[in-house]
Amino acid sequence: MVRALIHVPSTAKSGEVIEIKTLISHVMETGYRIGVTGAPIPRDIIDQFVCTYNGEEIFRAQLFPAIAANPFISFFTVATASGTLTFSWTDQHGATQVQTAEIKVE
Amino acid sequence: MTTLAAFLMRFAALVTVFLVAGRVFAVEIPLNERRSDSEFISADTRAMQNDDAANPGMLSVADGEALWNAKAGTTNKSCADCHGDATAGMKGVAARYPAVIPAQSRPVDLEQRINMSRVADQKAAALPFESKELLALTAYIGRQSRGMPIAVKEDAQSKKFIAAGRAIFERRQGQLELSCAQCHDDNWGKKLAGNLVPQAQPTGYPIYRLEWQELGSLQRRLRSCMSAMRAEPYDFGAPALVDLEFFLMWRARGMAVETPAVRP
Repeated sequence: MVRALIHVPSTAKSGEVIEIKTLISHVMETGYRIGVTGAPIPRDIIDQFVCTYNGEEIFRAQLFPAIAANPFISFFTVATASGTLTFSWTDQHGATQVQTAEIKVE
Repeated sequence: MTTLAAFLMRFAALVTVFLVAGRVFAVEIPLNERRSDSEFISADTRAMQNDDAANPGMLSVADGEALWNAKAGTTNKSCADCHGDATAGMKGVAARYPAVIPAQSRPVDLEQRINMSRVADQKAAALPFESKELLALTAYIGRQSRGMPIAVKEDAQSKKFIAAGRAIFERRQGQLELSCAQCHDDNWGKKLAGNLVPQAQPTGYPIYRLEWQELGSLQRRLRSCMSAMRAEPYDFGAPALVDLEFFLMWRARGMAVETPAVRP
């Protein structure tokens, strides 16, 4: 059960700087830990995060094993036009979780 | 070194040991001096807890909401089918647990109460302790009581269980011969290694513990405390562990629920 929580202001003034906060459930297993049987627990991490605003990429992050479980990513952008923000997290196996949020710019 | 000096030093060491060991009677924290454990953590961790957008426990709360509305068991009923909207119906419920259930003449905690309803009403299998699902439901129900005062029932029936929990809290145990009270009643606010010793007020369970990288119950926290004092932890769901939870919630009576809390 992958769960992502996104906080984007529902409305903003044109040109306003807005904060976007994202949280996604993921174990972010480092690959360096040993399980109860003595075998190493294989690495399993999200390694890409991309945010687009009306199709244009505004933020991208690369994630590494040192990042804690349930990664929290927050960043700022300028509210330019009403539309859709699309968030996508891709894990090391290529599986992608996509979620969107609407913003109304006045 | 002379024999006398050596003797005196040994005597002084012995006296110190007796002074430390002599403090058997813990002094209960006065009601107005009680402070949430969130006051003993870093400002960053506290900010994470208080911002729903940053609190990782909210991921489980969202899972819990989905489970609340999901059909389960042979009755094919969801929690919501009987209890309705949790944001209204479950308000204040978590603040009243553990509670004595007449049918069992024993206290059960919120996790056990959820499972009782699953088995008896939904005719579904009980969820294992510390499973993601049970923690999620507990966190979702707990979240509905956030800000409300803890109000476990203290009546003739429940008094003896609270007293039993207190006895465990104050009893020295394990290889280190420590009681819970020695740290959390007598020495809260001082440092253990680099960390402040909190009062152990269970106001925010289940908690998202950064060390665990996930949500965990009060029972899990108590078990890991017992391992740290080199005592044999009670099993999950053991009556003694529920008594201890009951005493701790009674000890935190009137304090605000913070579920899901974030702790280091």
